[in-house]
Amino acid sequence: MAGIPHDHYEPKSGGEKWLHSRLPILGLLYDTIMIPTPKNLNWMWIWGIVLTVCLALQIITGIILVMHYTPHVDHAFASVEHIMRNVNGGHMLRYLHQNGAHLFFFAVYLHIFRGLYYGSYKAPREITWIIGMLIYLLMMATAFMGYVLPWGQMSFWGATVITGLFGAIPFVGESLQTWLLGGPAVDNATLNRFFSLHYLLPMVISALVATHIWAFHTTGNNNPTGVEVRRTSKEDAEKDTLPFWPYFVLKDLFALGLIMVIFFALVGFMPNYLGHPDNYIEANALVTPSHIVPEWYFLPFYAILRAFTADVWVVIAANWITGGIIDAKFFGVLAMFGAIAVMALAPWLDTSRVRSGRYRPMFKWWFALLCVDFVVLTWVGSMPAEEPYATISLIASAYWFAYFLIILPLLGVIEKPLAAPATIEDDFKSNYGAPTGTPAE
Amino acid sequence: MLRKIAIAAVAALSLSGGVALAAGAGGTTQKVDFSFKGPFGSFDQNQLQRGLQVYTEICSACHGLRYVPLRTLADEGGPNLPENQVRAYAGQLEIFDRELDDFRPRTETDHFPMSNLENAPDLSLMAKARAGFHGPYGSGINQLINGIGGPEYIYSLLLGYTGEEKTEAGVTLYENTAYPGQWIAMGPVLYEDQLEFADGSSNSMEAVAEDVAAFLMWTAEPKMMARKQTGFVAVIFLSVLTVLLYLTNKRIWLPVKRKEKNA
Repeated sequence: MAGIPHDHYEPKSGGEKWLHSRLPILGLLYDTIMIPTPKNLNWMWIWGIVLTVCLALQIITGIILVMHYTPHVDHAFASVEHIMRNVNGGHMLRYLHQNGAHLFFFAVYLHIFRGLYYGSYKAPREITWIIGMLIYLLMMATAFMGYVLPWGQMSFWGATVITGLFGAIPFVGESLQTWLLGGPAVDNATLNRFFSLHYLLPMVISALVATHIWAFHTTGNNNPTGVEVRRTSKEDAEKDTLPFWPYFVLKDLFALGLIMVIFFALVGFMPNYLGHPDNYIEANALVTPSHIVPEWYFLPFYAILRAFTADVWVVIAANWITGGIIDAKFFGVLAMFGAIAVMALAPWLDTSRVRSGRYRPMFKWWFALLCVDFVVLTWVGSMPAEEPYATISLIASAYWFAYFLIILPLLGVIEKPLAAPATIEDDFKSNYGAPTGTPAE
Repeated sequence: MLRKIAIAAVAALSLSGGVALAAGAGGTTQKVDFSFKGPFGSFDQNQLQRGLQVYTEICSACHGLRYVPLRTLADEGGPNLPENQVRAYAGQLEIFDRELDDFRPRTETDHFPMSNLENAPDLSLMAKARAGFHGPYGSGINQLINGIGGPEYIYSLLLGYTGEEKTEAGVTLYENTAYPGQWIAMGPVLYEDQLEFADGSSNSMEAVAEDVAAFLMWTAEPKMMARKQTGFVAVIFLSVLTVLLYLTNKRIWLPVKRKEKNA
């Protein structure tokens, strides 16, 4: 591994040497856990650990839940109730799994926005960013299919609405939708394939997570200054970094402990707060719920999906130019996936040579507005499709695209960045050295 | 410390006592001071037993509890009925046995019967399938304080009849202030002095509605007491662990930060 210069694993005992010459697994573990880490990382660098724990929690609780769950339209809902009532500790497992998904997305959004503010997506970390975006997409697919499994009203109608999006694709849409569902409507075939994929995708996510970690262990972590670790010599690198173990392991574990306290309070005292009451009604193809809403973590993109109605001028223009191929529904689908695509393209859309938002006076404000925009999109996504929510979601969606497609490219040209510290060591000293220094973040 | 938390919780609960009005989307849900609210709230066994009586004498004429095994009536943290009473209760209910090709009395291992009327929804999960509170502005944030409002919705629905009726397409609908859309197909079922409780509790309409709403909260969430206990233990242990990790982390970083200060 190229990476930051540091001490590598040396097998000492005879047994270690024997193993090392056959499979250097201890060396791999040692280098992974002892990676030199910028010592000025702040508390926004803890979400990676939280996410890893979430993935483990979901896989472990999920494996046990599968032992008691029945993927069949006649039995799925009842088998979840069986887990809640008759399986020892089943109610806890199920609530942990259900709320684990909420924590997973809460952490991933903070992780992504951390990356957007501190420029973690910029060269040389584009691959880490792209893999991260793939993980995020797979997480959404996994969560969506998992939500269908209890076979409640919102499971069924959510699945109907979301798979309907594929039906909006011109020419092939309808056949594609039928192929995805395994029939003309959401039914047993759909439930079975979603169950299969809900079990498979977390394994793919695990592999991508390993790749994600591999990628940033090659480039080194970004840090709040965006200044790279000095690689001129081991001595220089050691002035900027500390080994991951024990310094960051303990820091991360402390933060994780705090988050777990809140998480277990949620699971223990209000496990259904983030869920939808309608999902405690068994799926019924003949009764449509008055208001179909996805889980909160899909709401920002759901808002973008619904924002572009047929009376919006860009939709009319797109419709006219393509001779009617792109209608409002398909435009909405394109906008929703486009919203994630522009985020994935951030490494190439951001023209600024300064990495961290800390030294970008104008960027800071636009970024703060993006955070507000995200919250507004979440809120309007949960509201019925009527005024004033329709206009608000249109403005908020427009800003989302403007941020990535106009503001990020433009800022790099017009903005005058502040001077970043020469080294990470200087930044760390300014926090802990001078009495008047700014407090640690 | 624990005592203080408990006292504070009790004080908070008693202060919030009384019934206040809260506006829900479509219908009006009243706030009810249920014994099981809040992190330390627990089911009142006597209330659950009274609620079972209300369910049996009134609700079960039309509605069912298909997901609730009869044996759970004996559960601690539930109605906690003696086993012989559970057996006797089960024996009064019949079930069609495919092997016998005939009806037989239910045993504790059977579930409650399903709904008798096709239009009457099953009540097993009703207290979790309805949200009484939505605000402010549909954000659901007030549920953090009030709870989601399922049992409150049931309570409000049972007491929400205005006495107005109308007939639409041959179906009689009754006006109800708690029901979203205001017109419900279920007629009023509660009347004053309708039944007698063995423990001599109040049989006012409000008391009966509260008892049966509490019972239906238990049928929807039978493991609530165990869940809260697990949550409480987990929070205490994790808090202690977090404090220890905080101190360890501080200790580990101290030399690094001090060195920079002195450099």
